[in-house]
Amino acid sequence: MIEVKNLIKQYGNKSVVDNVSTQITNGKITSFIGPNGAGKSTLLSMISRLIPKNNGEIFIDGKELVQWNNTDLAKKISILKQSNHINIRLTIRELVSFGRFPYCQGNLTKEDIRYVDEAISYMKLKDIEHKYLDQLSGGQRQRAYIAMIIAQNTEYILLDEPLNNLDMKHSVQIMKILRSLVDDLGKTVAIVIHDINFASCYSDYIVALKDGKIIKEGNTNEIINKKVLESIYDIDFTIEDIENNKICVYF
Amino acid sequence: MKKRYLFITLIILSLSSIFIGVKEISLLDILYFNEDKIQILLLSRIPRLISIIIAGIGMSISGLIMQQISRNKFVSPTTAATIDSAKLGVLVSLILFTASSPLKKMMIAFIFAVSGTFLFMQILKRIKFKNTIFIPLIGMMLGSIIDSITTFFAYKYDLVQNISSWLQGDFSMTIKGRYELLYISIPLVIIAFIYANKFTVAGMGEDFSANLGLNYNRVMNIGIVIVALISSLVIITVGKIPFLGLIIPNIVTIFQGDNMKKNIVHTALLGAIFLLFCDILGRIIIFPYEVSISLTVGIIGSLIFLYLLVRGNKS
Repeated sequence: MIEVKNLIKQYGNKSVVDNVSTQITNGKITSFIGPNGAGKSTLLSMISRLIPKNNGEIFIDGKELVQWNNTDLAKKISILKQSNHINIRLTIRELVSFGRFPYCQGNLTKEDIRYVDEAISYMKLKDIEHKYLDQLSGGQRQRAYIAMIIAQNTEYILLDEPLNNLDMKHSVQIMKILRSLVDDLGKTVAIVIHDINFASCYSDYIVALKDGKIIKEGNTNEIINKKVLESIYDIDFTIEDIENNKICVYF
Repeated sequence: MKKRYLFITLIILSLSSIFIGVKEISLLDILYFNEDKIQILLLSRIPRLISIIIAGIGMSISGLIMQQISRNKFVSPTTAATIDSAKLGVLVSLILFTASSPLKKMMIAFIFAVSGTFLFMQILKRIKFKNTIFIPLIGMMLGSIIDSITTFFAYKYDLVQNISSWLQGDFSMTIKGRYELLYISIPLVIIAFIYANKFTVAGMGEDFSANLGLNYNRVMNIGIVIVALISSLVIITVGKIPFLGLIIPNIVTIFQGDNMKKNIVHTALLGAIFLLFCDILGRIIIFPYEVSISLTVGIIGSLIFLYLLVRGNKS
Protein backbone atom coordinates (compact mmCIF):
# COMPACT_ATOMS: atom_id res chain seq x y z
CA MET A 1 0.00 0.00 0.00
CA ILE A 2 1.16 3.52 -0.73
CA GLU A 3 0.23 6.03 1.93
CA VAL A 4 0.54 9.78 1.53
CA LYS A 5 0.32 11.99 4.60
CA ASN A 6 0.04 15.79 4.61
CA LEU A 7 2.05 16.12 1.43
CA ILE A 8 3.02 19.63 0.38
CA LYS A 9 4.79 20.87 -2.71
CA GLN A 10 5.43 24.56 -3.16
CA TYR A 11 6.85 26.52 -6.03
CA GLY A 12 7.67 29.93 -4.63
CA ASN A 13 4.68 30.89 -2.52
CA LYS A 14 2.22 28.78 -4.43
CA SER A 15 1.28 25.39 -3.06
CA VAL A 16 0.82 23.09 -6.02
CA VAL A 17 0.05 20.17 -3.77
CA ASP A 18 -1.46 21.43 -0.54
CA ASN A 19 -1.60 19.13 2.47
CA VAL A 20 -2.74 16.04 0.59
CA SER A 21 -3.37 12.75 2.38
CA THR A 22 -4.58 9.68 0.58
CA GLN A 23 -3.66 6.11 -0.14
CA ILE A 24 -3.27 3.83 -3.11
CA THR A 25 -4.72 0.43 -2.30
CA ASN A 26 -3.17 -2.76 -3.63
CA GLY A 27 -4.83 -4.66 -6.45
CA LYS A 28 -6.80 -1.72 -7.77
CA ILE A 29 -6.66 0.93 -10.46
CA THR A 30 -6.66 4.31 -8.79
CA SER A 31 -7.33 7.30 -11.04
CA PHE A 32 -6.33 10.85 -10.22
CA ILE A 33 -8.64 13.32 -11.92
CA GLY A 34 -9.10 17.06 -11.85
CA PRO A 35 -8.64 20.16 -13.97
CA ASN A 36 -5.29 21.32 -15.34
CA GLY A 37 -3.02 22.56 -12.61
CA ALA A 38 -4.77 20.59 -9.88
CA GLY A 39 -1.47 19.00 -8.86
CA LYS A 40 -2.17 15.45 -10.06
CA SER A 41 1.06 14.95 -11.96
CA THR A 42 3.08 16.64 -9.23
CA LEU A 43 1.56 14.29 -6.70
CA LEU A 44 2.40 11.26 -8.80
CA SER A 45 5.92 12.52 -9.40
CA MET A 46 6.50 12.99 -5.69
CA ILE A 47 5.21 9.51 -4.88
CA SER A 48 7.63 8.07 -7.42
CA ARG A 49 10.53 10.24 -6.09
CA LEU A 50 10.99 12.07 -9.40
CA ILE A 51 10.65 15.40 -7.62
CA PRO A 52 11.33 16.16 -3.96
CA LYS A 53 8.52 17.09 -1.59
CA ASN A 54 8.51 20.15 0.63
CA ASN A 55 6.72 18.56 3.51
CA GLY A 56 4.76 15.49 4.51
CA GLU A 57 5.37 11.79 4.32
CA ILE A 58 5.08 9.09 1.70
CA PHE A 59 5.07 5.47 2.85
CA ILE A 60 5.54 2.65 0.42
CA ASP A 61 4.72 -0.65 2.08
CA GLY A 62 5.13 1.05 5.44
CA LYS A 63 8.59 2.47 4.75
CA GLU A 64 9.17 6.17 4.17
CA LEU A 65 10.32 7.05 0.66
CA VAL A 66 13.66 8.56 1.73
CA GLN A 67 14.58 5.37 3.56
CA TRP A 68 14.27 3.33 0.40
CA ASN A 69 17.39 2.44 -1.49
CA ASN A 70 17.21 3.59 -5.14
CA THR A 71 17.59 0.17 -6.70
CA ASP A 72 15.17 -1.55 -4.33
CA LEU A 73 12.64 1.15 -4.97
CA ALA A 74 13.02 0.65 -8.72
CA LYS A 75 12.00 -2.97 -8.18
CA LYS A 76 8.97 -1.87 -6.17
CA ILE A 77 7.50 1.06 -8.04
CA SER A 78 7.70 2.21 -11.64
CA ILE A 79 6.60 5.47 -13.20
CA LEU A 80 5.91 6.33 -16.80
CA LYS A 81 5.58 10.03 -17.46
CA GLN A 82 4.38 11.62 -20.63
CA SER A 83 7.45 13.82 -20.59
CA ASN A 84 9.96 11.04 -20.19
CA HIS A 85 9.39 9.97 -23.71
CA ILE A 86 12.83 9.82 -25.06
CA ASN A 87 14.45 10.73 -28.31
CA ILE A 88 17.26 8.23 -28.29
CA ARG A 89 17.25 5.52 -30.90
CA LEU A 90 16.69 2.16 -29.28
CA THR A 91 14.83 -0.85 -30.58
CA ILE A 92 11.73 -1.98 -28.71
CA ARG A 93 13.64 -4.98 -27.43
CA GLU A 94 16.50 -2.84 -26.16
CA LEU A 95 14.08 -0.49 -24.41
CA VAL A 96 12.21 -3.35 -22.76
CA SER A 97 15.54 -4.90 -21.72
CA PHE A 98 16.36 -1.71 -19.85
CA GLY A 99 13.29 -2.44 -17.73
CA ARG A 100 15.47 -5.12 -16.16
CA PHE A 101 18.16 -2.59 -15.30
CA PRO A 102 17.37 -2.45 -11.56
CA TYR A 103 17.89 -6.22 -11.36
CA CYS A 104 20.95 -6.75 -13.51
CA GLN A 105 22.45 -3.31 -14.29
CA GLY A 106 22.06 -4.09 -17.97
CA ASN A 107 23.84 -7.44 -18.08
CA LEU A 108 20.87 -9.65 -18.77
CA THR A 109 20.71 -13.09 -17.21
CA LYS A 110 18.54 -15.90 -18.54
CA GLU A 111 15.83 -14.96 -16.10
CA ASP A 112 15.92 -11.32 -17.23
CA ILE A 113 15.62 -12.39 -20.87
CA ARG A 114 12.61 -14.47 -19.95
CA TYR A 115 10.93 -11.42 -18.39
CA VAL A 116 11.76 -9.34 -21.46
CA ASP A 117 10.30 -11.97 -23.78
CA GLU A 118 7.16 -12.24 -21.68
CA ALA A 119 6.67 -8.48 -21.57
CA ILE A 120 7.11 -8.19 -25.32
CA SER A 121 4.63 -10.93 -26.10
CA TYR A 122 2.21 -9.64 -23.45
CA MET A 123 2.13 -6.31 -25.28
CA LYS A 124 1.98 -8.09 -28.66
CA LEU A 125 5.15 -6.46 -29.92
CA LYS A 126 7.00 -9.63 -30.91
CA ASP A 127 6.90 -9.03 -34.67
CA ILE A 128 8.20 -5.47 -34.42
CA GLU A 129 10.62 -5.95 -31.52
CA HIS A 130 13.66 -4.98 -33.60
CA LYS A 131 12.13 -1.75 -34.89
CA TYR A 132 13.51 1.52 -33.58
CA LEU A 133 11.27 3.65 -31.37
CA ASP A 134 11.33 6.54 -33.85
CA GLN A 135 9.83 4.27 -36.51
CA LEU A 136 6.75 3.49 -34.42
CA SER A 137 3.31 5.04 -34.27
CA GLY A 138 2.18 6.73 -31.05
CA GLY A 139 0.18 3.71 -29.96
CA GLN A 140 2.98 1.26 -30.62
CA ARG A 141 5.43 3.46 -28.77
CA GLN A 142 3.17 3.69 -25.74
CA ARG A 143 2.85 -0.09 -25.77
CA ALA A 144 6.64 -0.38 -25.91
CA TYR A 145 7.01 1.83 -22.83
CA ILE A 146 4.41 -0.17 -20.98
CA ALA A 147 6.22 -3.37 -21.99
CA MET A 148 9.31 -1.91 -20.37
CA ILE A 149 7.37 -1.23 -17.18
CA ILE A 150 6.02 -4.79 -17.26
CA ALA A 151 9.57 -6.15 -17.61
CA GLN A 152 10.53 -3.99 -14.65
CA ASN A 153 8.01 -6.16 -12.80
CA THR A 154 7.14 -3.76 -10.00
CA GLU A 155 4.25 -4.14 -7.64
CA TYR A 156 3.17 -0.53 -8.18
CA ILE A 157 2.82 1.01 -11.61
CA LEU A 158 2.29 4.75 -11.89
CA LEU A 159 1.35 6.32 -15.20
CA ASP A 160 1.06 10.00 -15.93
CA GLU A 161 -1.52 10.55 -18.66
CA PRO A 162 -0.96 7.25 -20.46
CA LEU A 163 -3.63 8.09 -23.04
CA ASN A 164 -2.17 11.37 -24.14
CA ASN A 165 -2.04 11.64 -27.93
CA LEU A 166 -3.69 8.28 -28.46
CA ASP A 167 -6.81 7.70 -30.53
CA MET A 168 -9.87 5.88 -29.11
CA LYS A 169 -8.84 2.46 -30.30
CA HIS A 170 -5.39 2.68 -28.75
CA SER A 171 -6.71 4.31 -25.59
CA VAL A 172 -9.09 1.41 -25.07
CA GLN A 173 -6.29 -1.01 -25.80
CA ILE A 174 -4.03 0.57 -23.18
CA MET A 175 -6.77 0.73 -20.54
CA LYS A 176 -7.65 -2.93 -21.11
CA ILE A 177 -4.00 -3.81 -20.64
CA LEU A 178 -3.89 -1.85 -17.38
CA ARG A 179 -7.04 -3.63 -16.27
CA SER A 180 -5.50 -7.02 -17.00
CA LEU A 181 -2.29 -6.03 -15.22
CA VAL A 182 -4.39 -5.55 -12.12
CA ASP A 183 -6.84 -8.43 -12.59
CA ASP A 184 -4.47 -11.08 -13.99
CA LEU A 185 -1.04 -10.16 -12.67
CA GLY A 186 -2.09 -8.66 -9.35
CA LYS A 187 -0.40 -5.30 -9.91
CA THR A 188 -1.43 -2.00 -8.40
CA VAL A 189 -1.94 0.78 -10.92
CA ALA A 190 -2.28 4.52 -10.35
CA ILE A 191 -2.91 6.85 -13.27
CA VAL A 192 -3.41 10.51 -13.93
CA ILE A 193 -6.14 10.74 -16.50
CA HIS A 194 -8.11 13.52 -18.16
CA ASP A 195 -10.84 11.63 -19.95
CA ILE A 196 -13.48 11.26 -17.27
CA ASN A 197 -15.28 8.46 -19.09
CA PHE A 198 -12.16 6.33 -19.27
CA ALA A 199 -11.72 6.91 -15.56
CA SER A 200 -15.34 5.94 -14.98
CA CYS A 201 -15.22 2.74 -17.02
CA TYR A 202 -11.87 1.35 -16.00
CA SER A 203 -10.91 2.46 -12.52
CA ASP A 204 -11.82 1.09 -9.10
CA TYR A 205 -11.05 4.14 -7.06
CA ILE A 206 -10.93 7.81 -7.96
CA VAL A 207 -9.16 10.69 -6.26
CA ALA A 208 -10.44 14.08 -7.39
CA LEU A 209 -8.12 17.05 -6.97
CA LYS A 210 -8.52 20.75 -7.48
CA ASP A 211 -6.09 23.56 -6.67
CA GLY A 212 -3.73 21.15 -4.96
CA LYS A 213 -6.33 19.78 -2.60
CA ILE A 214 -8.35 16.58 -2.61
CA ILE A 215 -11.98 17.54 -3.17
CA LYS A 216 -13.31 14.04 -2.81
CA GLU A 217 -12.13 10.48 -3.10
CA GLY A 218 -13.90 7.18 -3.12
CA ASN A 219 -14.99 4.23 -5.20
CA THR A 220 -15.71 5.08 -8.81
CA ASN A 221 -19.47 5.04 -8.23
CA GLU A 222 -19.28 7.72 -5.57
CA ILE A 223 -17.16 10.10 -7.58
CA ILE A 224 -18.86 9.78 -10.96
CA ASN A 225 -21.72 11.80 -9.64
CA LYS A 226 -23.24 14.96 -11.03
CA LYS A 227 -22.68 17.06 -7.94
CA VAL A 228 -19.09 15.99 -7.35
CA LEU A 229 -17.98 16.43 -10.94
CA GLU A 230 -19.65 19.80 -11.27
CA SER A 231 -17.86 21.04 -8.21
CA ILE A 232 -14.51 19.85 -9.58
CA TYR A 233 -14.77 21.07 -13.15
CA ASP A 234 -17.21 24.01 -12.87
CA ILE A 235 -19.25 22.87 -15.87
CA ASP A 236 -22.61 21.14 -16.17
CA PHE A 237 -22.68 17.35 -16.18
CA THR A 238 -25.31 14.82 -17.15
CA ILE A 239 -24.54 11.25 -16.15
CA GLU A 240 -26.20 8.33 -17.94
CA ASP A 241 -26.11 4.63 -17.20
CA ILE A 242 -25.23 2.86 -20.42
CA GLU A 243 -24.63 -0.90 -20.29
CA ASN A 244 -23.62 -0.74 -16.64
CA ASN A 245 -21.17 2.05 -17.29
CA LYS A 246 -21.65 5.55 -16.01
CA ILE A 247 -21.07 7.87 -18.91
CA CYS A 248 -20.67 11.60 -18.41
CA VAL A 249 -22.04 14.03 -20.93
CA TYR A 250 -20.59 17.48 -20.58
CA PHE A 251 -20.32 18.80 -24.10
CA MET B 1 29.31 -2.65 -40.10
CA LYS B 2 30.84 -5.81 -38.76
CA LYS B 3 33.38 -5.57 -35.97
CA ARG B 4 35.49 -8.15 -37.78
CA TYR B 5 35.90 -6.00 -40.89
CA LEU B 6 36.69 -2.91 -38.84
CA PHE B 7 39.29 -4.88 -36.96
CA ILE B 8 40.91 -6.21 -40.13
CA THR B 9 40.95 -2.69 -41.63
CA LEU B 10 42.61 -1.37 -38.49
CA ILE B 11 45.33 -4.02 -38.68
CA ILE B 12 46.02 -3.37 -42.37
CA LEU B 13 46.23 0.38 -41.77
CA SER B 14 48.45 -0.16 -38.73
CA LEU B 15 50.89 -2.24 -40.73
CA SER B 16 51.02 0.28 -43.56
CA SER B 17 51.49 3.07 -41.03
CA ILE B 18 54.57 1.35 -39.66
CA PHE B 19 56.13 1.00 -43.07
CA ILE B 20 55.40 4.50 -44.40
CA GLY B 21 58.01 7.12 -43.77
CA VAL B 22 61.07 8.90 -45.06
CA LYS B 23 63.33 6.07 -44.01
CA GLU B 24 62.38 3.07 -46.03
CA ILE B 25 61.80 0.03 -43.90
CA SER B 26 60.75 -3.31 -45.22
CA LEU B 27 59.73 -6.53 -43.60
CA LEU B 28 63.12 -7.99 -44.49
CA ASP B 29 64.88 -5.42 -42.33
CA ILE B 30 63.01 -6.69 -39.34
CA LEU B 31 63.74 -10.29 -40.22
CA TYR B 32 67.46 -9.54 -40.62
CA PHE B 33 67.55 -7.46 -37.45
CA ASN B 34 68.76 -4.30 -39.16
CA GLU B 35 69.48 -2.41 -35.97
CA ASP B 36 69.12 1.11 -37.35
CA LYS B 37 65.77 0.45 -38.83
CA ILE B 38 64.44 -1.44 -35.86
CA GLN B 39 65.46 1.53 -33.73
CA ILE B 40 63.38 3.80 -35.95
CA LEU B 41 60.47 1.45 -35.56
CA LEU B 42 60.74 1.33 -31.80
CA LEU B 43 61.51 4.99 -31.24
CA SER B 44 59.23 6.61 -33.75
CA ARG B 45 56.91 4.52 -35.88
CA ILE B 46 55.43 2.26 -33.21
CA PRO B 47 54.95 5.02 -30.61
CA ARG B 48 53.26 7.04 -33.32
CA LEU B 49 50.96 4.17 -34.22
CA ILE B 50 50.07 3.45 -30.61
CA SER B 51 49.36 7.08 -29.80
CA ILE B 52 47.16 7.45 -32.88
CA ILE B 53 45.16 4.38 -31.98
CA ILE B 54 44.74 5.42 -28.35
CA ALA B 55 43.88 9.01 -29.25
CA GLY B 56 41.42 7.84 -31.91
CA ILE B 57 39.69 5.46 -29.52
CA GLY B 58 39.74 7.96 -26.66
CA MET B 59 38.38 10.94 -28.57
CA SER B 60 35.62 9.03 -30.33
CA ILE B 61 34.47 7.38 -27.11
CA SER B 62 34.54 10.77 -25.39
CA GLY B 63 32.27 12.06 -28.13
CA LEU B 64 29.96 9.10 -27.75
CA ILE B 65 29.67 9.65 -24.00
CA MET B 66 29.03 13.37 -24.42
CA GLN B 67 26.34 12.83 -27.02
CA GLN B 68 24.71 10.21 -24.86
CA ILE B 69 24.61 12.22 -21.63
CA SER B 70 23.78 15.57 -23.23
CA ARG B 71 21.18 13.87 -25.44
CA ASN B 72 22.39 15.83 -28.41
CA LYS B 73 24.02 14.44 -31.51
CA PHE B 74 26.16 17.49 -32.14
CA VAL B 75 27.82 17.79 -28.77
CA SER B 76 31.41 16.64 -28.47
CA PRO B 77 34.55 17.79 -26.69
CA THR B 78 35.06 20.26 -29.56
CA THR B 79 31.58 21.73 -29.34
CA ALA B 80 31.17 21.67 -25.56
CA ALA B 81 34.02 23.96 -24.53
CA THR B 82 36.03 20.99 -23.23
CA ILE B 83 38.97 21.43 -25.56
CA ASP B 84 39.07 25.22 -25.34
CA SER B 85 39.06 24.99 -21.57
CA ALA B 86 41.86 22.45 -21.64
CA LYS B 87 43.77 24.88 -23.85
CA LEU B 88 43.31 27.63 -21.28
CA GLY B 89 44.61 25.17 -18.70
CA VAL B 90 47.70 24.55 -20.81
CA LEU B 91 48.30 28.31 -20.99
CA VAL B 92 47.92 28.69 -17.25
CA SER B 93 50.40 25.89 -16.68
CA LEU B 94 52.81 27.53 -19.14
CA ILE B 95 52.58 30.86 -17.33
CA LEU B 96 52.50 29.75 -13.71
CA PHE B 97 54.27 26.41 -13.70
CA THR B 98 56.83 26.80 -16.44
CA ALA B 99 59.11 24.00 -15.38
CA SER B 100 56.52 21.46 -14.31
CA SER B 101 56.33 17.96 -15.75
CA PRO B 102 53.87 17.02 -18.51
CA LEU B 103 51.85 15.11 -15.93
CA LYS B 104 51.35 18.28 -13.88
CA LYS B 105 50.47 20.25 -16.99
CA MET B 106 48.00 17.55 -17.85
CA MET B 107 46.39 17.77 -14.42
CA ILE B 108 45.96 21.54 -14.74
CA ALA B 109 44.53 21.17 -18.24
CA PHE B 110 42.22 18.49 -16.86
CA ILE B 111 40.93 20.70 -14.05
CA PHE B 112 40.12 23.40 -16.59
CA ALA B 113 38.56 20.92 -19.01
CA VAL B 114 36.31 19.50 -16.28
CA SER B 115 35.24 22.97 -15.14
CA GLY B 116 34.54 24.12 -18.69
CA THR B 117 32.49 21.04 -19.48
CA PHE B 118 30.53 21.32 -16.22
CA LEU B 119 29.84 24.94 -17.03
CA PHE B 120 28.50 23.90 -20.42
CA MET B 121 26.34 21.15 -18.91
CA GLN B 122 24.93 23.61 -16.38
CA ILE B 123 24.05 26.05 -19.17
CA LEU B 124 22.50 23.14 -21.04
CA LYS B 125 20.28 22.34 -18.05
CA ARG B 126 18.97 25.89 -17.95
CA ILE B 127 18.24 26.27 -21.65
CA LYS B 128 14.60 25.66 -22.40
CA PHE B 129 15.01 25.78 -26.17
CA LYS B 130 16.61 22.39 -26.80
CA ASN B 131 17.17 22.62 -30.52
CA THR B 132 19.70 20.10 -31.83
CA ILE B 133 21.81 22.71 -33.57
CA PHE B 134 21.32 25.51 -31.06
CA ILE B 135 22.95 23.54 -28.22
CA PRO B 136 26.32 22.90 -29.91
CA LEU B 137 26.31 26.52 -31.09
CA ILE B 138 26.08 27.58 -27.46
CA GLY B 139 28.97 25.24 -26.71
CA MET B 140 31.03 26.72 -29.51
CA MET B 141 30.26 30.25 -28.35
CA LEU B 142 31.30 29.38 -24.82
CA GLY B 143 34.40 27.76 -26.28
CA SER B 144 35.21 30.90 -28.27
CA ILE B 145 34.86 33.08 -25.20
CA ILE B 146 37.25 30.86 -23.29
CA ASP B 147 39.53 30.77 -26.32
CA SER B 148 39.63 34.56 -26.52
CA ILE B 149 40.65 34.72 -22.87
CA THR B 150 43.42 32.27 -23.68
CA THR B 151 44.55 34.35 -26.65
CA PHE B 152 44.52 37.54 -24.62
CA PHE B 153 46.81 36.17 -21.94
CA ALA B 154 48.93 34.35 -24.48
CA TYR B 155 49.60 37.73 -26.15
CA LYS B 156 50.27 39.40 -22.87
CA TYR B 157 52.84 36.82 -21.85
CA ASP B 158 54.23 36.33 -25.32
CA LEU B 159 53.12 32.73 -25.53
CA VAL B 160 51.02 32.78 -28.68
CA GLN B 161 53.44 30.72 -30.74
CA ASN B 162 54.11 28.46 -27.85
CA ILE B 163 50.48 27.70 -27.26
CA SER B 164 49.61 27.18 -30.89
CA SER B 165 52.51 24.82 -31.40
CA TRP B 166 51.39 22.93 -28.31
CA LEU B 167 47.93 22.52 -29.63
CA GLN B 168 48.39 21.89 -33.31
CA GLY B 169 47.37 18.26 -33.49
CA ASP B 170 50.48 16.56 -34.71
CA PHE B 171 51.85 13.06 -34.44
CA SER B 172 55.17 13.73 -36.14
CA MET B 173 56.73 14.69 -32.84
CA THR B 174 55.47 11.57 -31.13
CA ILE B 175 58.52 9.57 -30.15
CA LYS B 176 59.35 7.23 -27.35
CA GLY B 177 59.27 9.09 -24.06
CA ARG B 178 56.82 11.74 -25.20
CA TYR B 179 53.54 9.93 -25.58
CA GLU B 180 53.33 7.52 -22.65
CA LEU B 181 50.96 9.81 -20.76
CA LEU B 182 48.32 8.69 -23.25
CA TYR B 183 48.30 5.25 -21.65
CA ILE B 184 46.33 6.76 -18.78
CA SER B 185 43.35 6.92 -21.09
CA ILE B 186 43.24 3.13 -21.43
CA PRO B 187 41.73 2.54 -17.96
CA LEU B 188 39.35 5.44 -18.67
CA VAL B 189 38.16 3.72 -21.83
CA ILE B 190 37.67 0.54 -19.81
CA ILE B 191 35.55 2.44 -17.29
CA ALA B 192 33.53 3.81 -20.20
CA PHE B 193 32.89 0.23 -21.33
CA ILE B 194 31.75 -0.77 -17.85
CA TYR B 195 29.47 2.25 -17.59
CA ALA B 196 28.06 1.91 -21.12
CA ASN B 197 24.66 0.70 -19.92
CA LYS B 198 24.44 3.43 -17.32
CA PHE B 199 25.24 6.11 -19.89
CA THR B 200 22.48 4.78 -22.12
CA VAL B 201 19.98 4.97 -19.25
CA ALA B 202 21.19 8.48 -18.39
CA GLY B 203 20.65 9.34 -22.05
CA MET B 204 16.97 8.53 -21.59
CA GLY B 205 16.68 11.45 -19.19
CA GLU B 206 16.52 12.24 -15.52
CA ASP B 207 13.03 10.87 -14.88
CA PHE B 208 13.71 7.69 -16.77
CA SER B 209 16.93 7.15 -14.84
CA ALA B 210 15.17 7.72 -11.53
CA ASN B 211 12.51 5.20 -12.49
CA LEU B 212 15.21 2.60 -13.12
CA GLY B 213 16.99 3.42 -9.87
CA LEU B 214 20.03 5.02 -11.51
CA ASN B 215 21.86 7.83 -9.75
CA TYR B 216 21.61 10.26 -12.66
CA ASN B 217 23.87 13.01 -11.40
CA ARG B 218 26.62 10.63 -10.43
CA VAL B 219 26.64 8.97 -13.84
CA MET B 220 26.64 12.39 -15.54
CA ASN B 221 29.61 13.48 -13.45
CA ILE B 222 31.54 10.30 -14.13
CA GLY B 223 30.90 10.81 -17.84
CA ILE B 224 32.12 14.39 -17.77
CA VAL B 225 35.24 13.44 -15.81
CA ILE B 226 36.11 10.66 -18.25
CA VAL B 227 35.61 12.96 -21.23
CA ALA B 228 37.59 15.81 -19.72
CA LEU B 229 40.46 13.53 -18.68
CA ILE B 230 40.77 11.87 -22.06
CA SER B 231 40.52 15.23 -23.85
CA SER B 232 43.23 16.79 -21.72
CA LEU B 233 45.50 13.78 -22.15
CA VAL B 234 45.14 13.96 -25.91
CA ILE B 235 45.62 17.73 -25.96
CA ILE B 236 48.80 17.53 -23.91
CA THR B 237 50.40 14.69 -25.80
CA VAL B 238 49.12 15.11 -29.34
CA GLY B 239 47.28 18.41 -29.59
CA LYS B 240 43.85 19.38 -30.74
CA ILE B 241 42.12 16.91 -33.01
CA PRO B 242 38.90 18.51 -34.19
CA PHE B 243 35.67 16.76 -35.20
CA LEU B 244 36.81 13.25 -34.37
CA GLY B 245 34.56 12.96 -31.31
CA LEU B 246 31.71 14.40 -33.30
CA ILE B 247 31.57 12.46 -36.52
CA ILE B 248 32.62 8.97 -35.50
CA PRO B 249 29.85 8.39 -32.90
CA ASN B 250 27.34 9.92 -35.31
CA ILE B 251 28.27 7.59 -38.13
CA VAL B 252 28.07 4.58 -35.83
CA THR B 253 24.76 5.54 -34.23
CA ILE B 254 23.12 6.13 -37.60
CA PHE B 255 23.62 2.45 -38.31
CA GLN B 256 23.37 0.97 -34.85
CA GLY B 257 21.07 3.13 -32.74
CA ASP B 258 21.93 4.58 -29.37
CA ASN B 259 22.44 1.51 -27.24
CA MET B 260 25.92 2.37 -26.06
CA LYS B 261 26.85 -1.15 -25.06
CA LYS B 262 26.19 -2.27 -28.60
CA ASN B 263 28.08 0.48 -30.38
CA ILE B 264 30.99 1.40 -28.13
CA VAL B 265 33.33 -1.16 -29.72
CA HIS B 266 32.43 -0.01 -33.22
CA THR B 267 32.97 3.60 -32.22
CA ALA B 268 36.38 2.80 -30.76
CA LEU B 269 37.51 0.85 -33.83
CA LEU B 270 36.17 3.35 -36.34
CA GLY B 271 37.75 6.23 -34.43
CA ALA B 272 41.15 4.58 -34.55
CA ILE B 273 40.73 3.70 -38.23
CA PHE B 274 39.67 7.22 -39.20
CA LEU B 275 42.51 8.89 -37.35
CA LEU B 276 45.07 6.45 -38.70
CA PHE B 277 43.76 6.95 -42.21
CA CYS B 278 44.03 10.73 -41.88
CA ASP B 279 47.53 10.39 -40.50
CA ILE B 280 48.70 8.17 -43.35
CA LEU B 281 47.09 10.54 -45.84
CA GLY B 282 48.90 13.49 -44.28
CA ARG B 283 52.17 11.64 -44.52
CA ILE B 284 51.96 10.66 -48.18
CA ILE B 285 50.22 13.69 -49.66
CA ILE B 286 53.37 15.83 -49.88
CA PHE B 287 55.87 13.07 -49.25
CA PRO B 288 58.56 13.27 -47.86
CA TYR B 289 57.05 16.17 -45.89
CA GLU B 290 53.99 15.97 -43.68
CA VAL B 291 50.69 17.76 -43.36
CA SER B 292 49.67 17.99 -39.71
CA ILE B 293 46.87 15.66 -38.73
CA SER B 294 44.60 18.38 -37.41
CA LEU B 295 44.50 19.70 -40.98
CA THR B 296 43.56 16.41 -42.63
CA VAL B 297 41.09 15.51 -39.89
CA GLY B 298 39.75 19.07 -40.01
CA ILE B 299 39.09 19.01 -43.74
CA ILE B 300 37.66 15.51 -44.00
CA GLY B 301 35.87 15.89 -40.66
CA SER B 302 34.25 19.22 -41.48
CA LEU B 303 32.93 17.87 -44.76
CA ILE B 304 31.36 14.91 -42.99
CA PHE B 305 30.10 17.25 -40.25
CA LEU B 306 28.40 19.49 -42.81
CA TYR B 307 26.82 16.45 -44.39
CA LEU B 308 25.52 15.30 -41.01
CA LEU B 309 24.16 18.78 -40.25
CA VAL B 310 22.21 18.92 -43.50
CA ARG B 311 21.01 15.38 -42.98
CA GLY B 312 20.05 16.11 -39.36
CA ASN B 313 18.05 19.11 -40.44
CA LYS B 314 15.96 17.03 -42.82
CA SER B 315 14.87 14.42 -40.28
